[in-house]
Amino acid sequence: MTTQTIERTTPRLPWGRWSIRGAALTYLAVFLVLPLIVVVVDGLGAGVESITSIISSPIARHAIWLTIWTGLVMALINAVMGLLTAFVLVRYEFPGKTLLNAVVDLPFAIPTLVTGVMLVILYGPQAAIGSWLDQQLGWKVIFAPSGIILALLFTSFPFVVRSVQPVLINLDRSSEEAAATLGAPAWQIFWRVTLPALLPALVSGTLLSFARAIGEFGAIVVVAGNIPLRSQTAAIYVYGEIESGSQRDASAMSLVMLAIALGTMTLVDWLSRRRQEVQP
Amino acid sequence: MNWRKWLLISIVVGYMGMLIIAPLGAIVFGAFREGLPAMLEALQHPHVLRSFGLTIIICLVVVAIHGIFGTLVAWVLVRHQFMGKALINRLLDLPFAMSPVIVGFTLIVLFGRNGVLKPLTEAMGWQIAFALPGMILATLFVTLPFMIRELMPVLEAFGRKQEEAAATLGASGWQTFRLVTFPALRWAFLYGLGLTCARALGEFGAVLVISGGIQGRTETATVYIFRALDDRQYAGAYSAALLLGAISLVLVLVIDVFHRRSQKSIEHRA
Repeated sequence: MTTQTIERTTPRLPWGRWSIRGAALTYLAVFLVLPLIVVVVDGLGAGVESITSIISSPIARHAIWLTIWTGLVMALINAVMGLLTAFVLVRYEFPGKTLLNAVVDLPFAIPTLVTGVMLVILYGPQAAIGSWLDQQLGWKVIFAPSGIILALLFTSFPFVVRSVQPVLINLDRSSEEAAATLGAPAWQIFWRVTLPALLPALVSGTLLSFARAIGEFGAIVVVAGNIPLRSQTAAIYVYGEIESGSQRDASAMSLVMLAIALGTMTLVDWLSRRRQEVQP
Repeated sequence: MNWRKWLLISIVVGYMGMLIIAPLGAIVFGAFREGLPAMLEALQHPHVLRSFGLTIIICLVVVAIHGIFGTLVAWVLVRHQFMGKALINRLLDLPFAMSPVIVGFTLIVLFGRNGVLKPLTEAMGWQIAFALPGMILATLFVTLPFMIRELMPVLEAFGRKQEEAAATLGASGWQTFRLVTFPALRWAFLYGLGLTCARALGEFGAVLVISGGIQGRTETATVYIFRALDDRQYAGAYSAALLLGAISLVLVLVIDVFHRRSQKSIEHRA
């Protein structure tokens, strides 16, 4: 009860304490909770039928589905490559390792719109790589789902690496060594011993990158363009509806996106709580 | 054993090279394609200068507001005990789940043409949507958690002992904060400011929606790049994108030094 003695020795005015708390909570209420309330009230205010009507519109349905499946493909690739990158960075020594480790954070440092511009320059129809892929392989990147996946992979690359890396660093290697002594081959040790220990961090990093991908706009909008039924994601759909003045559809779609992203983050939160309860 | 190591390393290097380094190279190539003079000329266009100026103004205002209130929130969340604290703590990541476009949209709902608060702002003579105040608000929303998230662990690690000692010696609350607590927070504070600034520089979706992207008037750097690309002014778009990317990158490299110092001070106390 040290706090109480302090408060008695120093005559701190209680209103000072309360006004600090009041200011802090007001600021949080305005900048944290207000947007959420506006989206929910505005989305539900138009009635449930506005949400069902948006789900039944083919353009909106396509946008939601495109957002989810490109996000899932990205998350899957990101999980595998992020795990591999973390493994290489922690377990191996090689020249240039520090540099490689620094490059991992680059996507967080680059504005997402600039990322989109980069990808357009690299894979656009005027660029050498872009036209080669298109003509030789018939593979379009720009204004197509592959471009969306590529943009998402770029912006979310650090999530899995930075979530797995610290766990791998702190991992007790004695179980791996025991398995090796018993003659288990390397891949079996990784699959049976190392991977299970990394799984919680891997899953939460992957899910976070998926939640983030649902709302991604800057990197995607230049790469994907705004072609309904082909490359229009949910965020681009919302932008288009605001521009054309149909707020009702924009707010229904916002609510759908928010539900998916918040649902995913709640799942991450629940998983990490359950883990903490299992191993206190 | 050895072949496996080098195989895995080359897969990772190849993947990161294609995914991250190649696009970075492409933008340098794209901006310099018509030569340095053409690039410098494109950057001197009044719209470019105006847009970067606006981005810097927004960034400074946002950093100042979050610097003050973010510190206050971190302080209250760590040092005060009250109901609902745990809930607030979990809600802090909310902006992370919210698409920038949705943030811009909520501001349109509040302040746009048929906005809920439009009568009020009109009566006061304030122009919020399609003007600088709206763009500042949008950026404030998306950059909220950075400052708070950086300061909270450092405040927790610092503990209360020295603050209590100062209080026992008769220091006022403000004196204690200014002379005892803040010096311990300063690297984390600077790092938080830097992260907020980096995020503010690159903010696009929320600002695009609320600004209306009025040419040469409400365009930030990102909004300008977007419009120039749409208008096929490639020289301007690529040069501005390279400049903005370079500024962000340098900023992040510089604040990394603050981050290390701050981490060190936490470890030192732990």
